[in-house]
Amino acid sequence: MGFDLGPCSASVISALPSVPPWFLFFFELVGVAMLIELRDIEKSFGPVRANAGISLAVEPASILGILGENGAGKSTLMKILSGFQPPDSGRILLDGAEVSIRSPADAIARGIGMLHQDPLDFPPLKLVDNLLLGSPGPLGPDRPKAEREFRDLSARFGFDLDPATFVDTLTVGERQQLEILRLLWLGAKALILDEPTTGISLPQKEKLFATIKRLAGEGMTVLFVSHKLEDVEALCDRAIVLRQGELVGAADPPFDTRRLVELMFGKEVPQLPKSKGARGGEILAARGLCLDSLRLQIKDIDLSVSAGEVIGLAGMEGSGQAVFLASCGGLERAVAGSVCIEAKEMTSRTHHDFKREGVAYLPAARLEEGLVPGLSLEDHFILAEGGRGLFIDRKAALAQAESRIAAYNIKGRPASRIEELSGGNQQRALLALLREDLSLILVEHPTRGLDIESTVYIWSKLKERCARGTAIVFISSDLDEILQYSDRVLVFFAGKATPPLDADSLGVEELGRLIGGKGWERFERSAAAEAVRA
Amino acid sequence: MPEPLLSRTQKPLFRALAVLLALGLASVVLLATGARPFAAYAVIAQGALGSWGVASDVLVAWVPLLLVTSGLLLTFTVGLWNIGIEGQITFGAIFATWALRGFQAPVLGGSMAPGLAIALAILAGMAGGALWAMLVGALKTFGGVNEIFGGLGLNYVATALNLWLIFGPWKRPGVASMSGTVPFDRRLWLPTVSEQSRFAPTALVLGLASIAIVFVLIQGTYFGLRLKAVGRNPKAAYLLGIPTWQYSMVSFAICGLLAGLAGAVQVTAVYHRLIPSISSGYGYMGLMVAMLVNFSAAVAAPVAIFFAALNVGAIQLPITLKLDSSLAGVLQGTLVLFVLLAEGARSRIMKGRGGAR
Repeated sequence: MGFDLGPCSASVISALPSVPPWFLFFFELVGVAMLIELRDIEKSFGPVRANAGISLAVEPASILGILGENGAGKSTLMKILSGFQPPDSGRILLDGAEVSIRSPADAIARGIGMLHQDPLDFPPLKLVDNLLLGSPGPLGPDRPKAEREFRDLSARFGFDLDPATFVDTLTVGERQQLEILRLLWLGAKALILDEPTTGISLPQKEKLFATIKRLAGEGMTVLFVSHKLEDVEALCDRAIVLRQGELVGAADPPFDTRRLVELMFGKEVPQLPKSKGARGGEILAARGLCLDSLRLQIKDIDLSVSAGEVIGLAGMEGSGQAVFLASCGGLERAVAGSVCIEAKEMTSRTHHDFKREGVAYLPAARLEEGLVPGLSLEDHFILAEGGRGLFIDRKAALAQAESRIAAYNIKGRPASRIEELSGGNQQRALLALLREDLSLILVEHPTRGLDIESTVYIWSKLKERCARGTAIVFISSDLDEILQYSDRVLVFFAGKATPPLDADSLGVEELGRLIGGKGWERFERSAAAEAVRA
Repeated sequence: MPEPLLSRTQKPLFRALAVLLALGLASVVLLATGARPFAAYAVIAQGALGSWGVASDVLVAWVPLLLVTSGLLLTFTVGLWNIGIEGQITFGAIFATWALRGFQAPVLGGSMAPGLAIALAILAGMAGGALWAMLVGALKTFGGVNEIFGGLGLNYVATALNLWLIFGPWKRPGVASMSGTVPFDRRLWLPTVSEQSRFAPTALVLGLASIAIVFVLIQGTYFGLRLKAVGRNPKAAYLLGIPTWQYSMVSFAICGLLAGLAGAVQVTAVYHRLIPSISSGYGYMGLMVAMLVNFSAAVAAPVAIFFAALNVGAIQLPITLKLDSSLAGVLQGTLVLFVLLAEGARSRIMKGRGGAR
């Protein structure tokens, strides 16, 4: 077990305490492995010390987990290592030689590749062009050769990627695979993965983990940034924990979960007790809903949601749940079937019509789709209130902003610009923007990228709404979140949806199987039986 | 703490540096042509402020610049580049001319008050500008045509239409001329301060009112805040319940109204007829002013009068120094360029210090 704790944080913590020099020499011969050392890395943003003298060594052919809640300094450290931003002070050593990494291109030239949380690719381009874009070669790229190499790499890892297709037809998980292949193709010897399991489904995650393990086995140095304990536990050879910019400890497997949580938060975080709200009348009724999206046809979805109920939509990214959720809010037009809100026919009405009926839609991409960068928190509350008349009553708006900020525990001032807030506070702000008297809230990934504390807080706020009679339909790729907070669950697979399943009798294993497309026969049989009866 | 003090003094410092650099580059250009820079600047200053006559000419040039700049501040706020502003000015002038041609007979016959005729002509000009702007907006909203391309295209159409009218249906009796249509009767001129002056106080009041109204709209109203939201993130604005394309259309319409008003003022107060270059490049100059003031209405008026003064002052250059009056344009262009460059440099330096992300 073993924890190096607290005040000794400045000391160098390495994945394998003592490696003989010949070992490194062996890897150098092979040309894959790389020893990464960070010494006294300092980085401040204004008054905030994002990295307060972090020293760390990562041995070749190992997977190091980097844990910490939002704002602990994980991303900053990784951005420094991958050349996105320079440290204020401190040194970076690769295989014992001090280097200065000036740009991401510089980093990849030295063998350090970073896989970002949001894929940094070019959606309108073909896969192979994404590969060629970052390659330093001569003017005329050898496309056939690149395509051949792409296919070889893809086959080696069991990915199903065709170099001739366009990126915008891929799921998030597939785009991640593309990015890994690209970094390998560019000659990465060390791989940084920033929250790679957010937004991808269980089977995609399993495939990703298998790939990472295999890469580490072949000599790759892997840094795995996450705040998901189970991911780190399943994957890593060693884990370090950052808190408020400092390295507060390290652990070896088998990991002690409770201890890691304490290291991350300084205290234990309670899970929200599961509660059933009182059910009211029918809020949302979707009948025989058929939808056509770019690559997917969604057929015959029936769902009735009562007041105070929580429905979880599970499935691999791109299985149809997002399109279905959008159609329940008037953001996607149905090909056939109907949507009713409180018995009012709403099929093919606009989102603003749905809004008037008390439906709210919270997108997953908070800063891209939900909030307006450049405007303050106060401005957002004014906009959401939808006030009439010509002039804004700034005094009342300020008072309102202050009370909402307090009520939703947002770390920010009324004049804070929205993009200055952390992800967790942005999500709180999105919730705070919702009107009080909503009948239905549609949420895409309510807690994606948030730490445990924020997650619990967001859900406690959503559950408060349920207790007051608001129905919630949400998408999540976190199976525990689906089972923990839903009353009933719809599983999506390739455009099909299961009938609503009771969350209490649905186990995580069965849910995982359904998401992966297994065990669907019983639904088809009952549907067939119904058809016979009819 | 030295940090905040630095950032507070930084902005004006960089602005001042940009102005110096612009003057420096213009001086280099002047030296290259063998002229003495300071003599040229003195001539410009003298030409803009030397007498009540030239100073009132500066005010005459200020009015259309104020009007188009206020309109452009709205379209920039909603995130649109209304390059078509030149065409909107031209259309305003055409509509105003058309109205005045119609009213000339009743006014001369005594059956219509001249004031009413002028007011109606100005309203017609505003309608014409708005119409032309909404065409750009409609192309953008319903046809997916980028407003920059749509606007540029419609500028050419407006110019062609203007020339056709001057050389065709509205040509002077006997001979069509580049000097424009037949001047209107004096009774259809917007009243000026004196017989010789082209300075109409009413026009100045309209110009100042427009910038004041736009300032209040952007700063203090729901309308302005929603425009900002649509401009910065249309998706989020839509989810927040703002009818996004309608707001874009309205901002286009208001900008067109003001551009049309500028065109109508040029016809009724300055030229008293329709001329081929009726927009006089005020639309493009307004774009420069809007960029220079970083899209904030508060400082637009003084910057606009400075640009107007440069234009008017430069008219003296060919007469006294045998230099081309386009020096004013060179100065304005380099000024905008260097201010934008200095702003970029400032944010880079701030980033380097870790002060801003």
